Amino acid sequence: MPNKDKIVRVPIGPQHPALKEPENFMVDLRGEKISSVAIRLGYNHRGIEKGCEERTYVQDIYLLERVCGICSHSHSTAFVQAVEEIAGLEVPARAKYIRVLIGELERIHSHLLWLGVAGHEIGFDTLLMYVWRDRELVMDLLAELTGNRVHYAMNVIGGVKRDVTKDQFVRIASVVDALEERTKYYIELAMTEETLAQRLSNVGYLSHEDAVRLGTIGPTGRASGVDRDTRRDDPYAAYAELEFQVITDTHCDVFGRTLVRLGELMQTYSIIRQVLKQMPDGAITVKAPLRIPAGEAVSRYEAPRGEDTHFVRANGTDKPERVKVRAPTLANLQSVAKMLEDGYLADLPIVVAAIDPCFSCTDRMIAVRGIAEEKTMNWEELVQHGVRWYRERGIDPARIVMRGDGLA
Amino acid sequence: MSVGTAVLNILVFPGFLFLIAFGLAGEFVDRKLYARLQNRVGPPWFQPFADALKLFGKEDVVPEEADRRVFHLAPVFALAAAVAAILYIPLWGHAAVFSFDGDLIVVLYLLLIPTLTFFLGGWTSSSVFATIGAVRAITQVFAYEIPLFVALLAPSLLANTWSISGMAAYYSAHPWLWLVNLIGLGVALVALLGKLERVPFDIPEAETEIVAGSFVEYSGRRLAFFRLAIDCEAIVGISLVAAVFLPFGLNLPLGFGILVYLGKVLVLLAVLALLRTLFARLRIDQMIAFCWKVLAPIAFLQVLVNLIVRELI
Repeated sequence: MPNKDKIVRVPIGPQHPALKEPENFMVDLRGEKISSVAIRLGYNHRGIEKGCEERTYVQDIYLLERVCGICSHSHSTAFVQAVEEIAGLEVPARAKYIRVLIGELERIHSHLLWLGVAGHEIGFDTLLMYVWRDRELVMDLLAELTGNRVHYAMNVIGGVKRDVTKDQFVRIASVVDALEERTKYYIELAMTEETLAQRLSNVGYLSHEDAVRLGTIGPTGRASGVDRDTRRDDPYAAYAELEFQVITDTHCDVFGRTLVRLGELMQTYSIIRQVLKQMPDGAITVKAPLRIPAGEAVSRYEAPRGEDTHFVRANGTDKPERVKVRAPTLANLQSVAKMLEDGYLADLPIVVAAIDPCFSCTDRMIAVRGIAEEKTMNWEELVQHGVRWYRERGIDPARIVMRGDGLA
Repeated sequence: MSVGTAVLNILVFPGFLFLIAFGLAGEFVDRKLYARLQNRVGPPWFQPFADALKLFGKEDVVPEEADRRVFHLAPVFALAAAVAAILYIPLWGHAAVFSFDGDLIVVLYLLLIPTLTFFLGGWTSSSVFATIGAVRAITQVFAYEIPLFVALLAPSLLANTWSISGMAAYYSAHPWLWLVNLIGLGVALVALLGKLERVPFDIPEAETEIVAGSFVEYSGRRLAFFRLAIDCEAIVGISLVAAVFLPFGLNLPLGFGILVYLGKVLVLLAVLALLRTLFARLRIDQMIAFCWKVLAPIAFLQVLVNLIVRELI
């Protein structure tokens, strides 16, 4: 309810239709205008980094693939590249090309997914339905190439698991042609549709200086003129042999981020065509040891959302000593509060969506030692703590009766 | 008219039962067209009926902090107002069930009541999302009501009567004169989108921002009442637009008359479904700017045109 200062505090999340994952934005509103935003994460911590330390390198590939449901190939590639560097493995050229192929197909499906979600966030459901229909083409193609629509499981340490046949080359080419046509249509739509322009232009403004200062990466940064792309700046896999442009934009708003993603799609189609033309014959994997020699490596990968960084330290056993994952959302999240300053409540969903966030990829637990009282609890104690916490606030979980109780 | 006929008119035809059945059928047409335009399959024909039945059987939760009386009564008032409005609108033929000089204004005010109940219901349910939705609903009223009023009053200037039945009689006596009012038809349809809270004017219940706006705390049969009221409001609004702006085929025999009326409703439903397919949701400030700076001047242009035409005839 409005108070004396006419400020209304609206909790967006942790459960909210605009958010696909639980996170919390406490928005203070003055009328329809946002006066301040507090972002709170941590609803989705899964302990994957710790889990990696207790599993073998081979198991870790599959675990890390599940860091993100959309850029799954990005995480597994970043991890195996780091392990291969420590083990000194030379990956066959064909495997490198296949990694690029799957990675770029993943970029197509991720960017199309984003475009649909963006349409939904501004109430343009027709765009969502159209884009996601077209996205099915690339999803089916990925399922055919890898066996899965989402978690492709293509990477092994030392190469890739499956080869791509000549027949599949033909189908990839036809899907790319079809999607290129559709993407051209969406670019034209973004340029000409009036309500789309009204909802995207000058929304979520992030100046070039702020983009650099806050360390934004990926399409979010590139739409504010930050000319960085790991594929060009620090080429991995087969990217050194492929030609493509890094798309940047100077709109600095959500409209610019849309144009950058659509432009990147056009570049991706060209990259895939080059891959199909240049892919060498030969083996797709080299034999990798189960025990990785001691050492450490950092691997960078340009995921659809921005640069994905993995750090791996090996100690000579079959399990890593430490795996650290820096998902792109962590780098972009800080900029959201800046973008929302003096914005409208109505623009909050699209501004948050415009960094293409992936909150579960980002959630980590950090214990800061020496500041607060340290305490560890086992599961039983944690349950008791929860019951006590609610009782202190007048809610007795033991007295809650579900409506269906006693009927069965 | 005897009391018995009046009760029958209010409860069965063209009142409560007929309007609800018609409204749910209209919702199906709208949802199916919307789905097909988006390349989806869409619901089967009985889906709106099934949804309504299901909601009537669901648990009805009232928030502790809500003003119970207003919270309970708002949905009933919404539905009652929509049902009352249809009695003054001639569907086919010239005559509505009740009519008097000035019933056009009464219908417009009756159609305003559902929006006011959205505001009251949302405001008293004391949820922050509902409060924002309620404020947006009432803000939006000031934007679209004026173009809607002006657009609907322009044809009555020409007919020199403020009775919808009287206008129907005038325009069937002067066939083709309704073509003068085409600008007003466009304005009224766009304003109707605002009244029915549909894309691009679904700002009060914008799902991705404020979940369901005014209806956040409503559930069970009270939510069903609200949804029925919106369905009925759509039919009443479309019938009003059809009666005022498309007054042709009124002298046909009953069967043909009904067919022509259904045809008009279907065409207008299709236009509304097409409009909500085409656009993204506007922001409330953009919506108000559009209604005041674009829609209202166009509506006044229609008034000007009608005043000139009246001098010429």
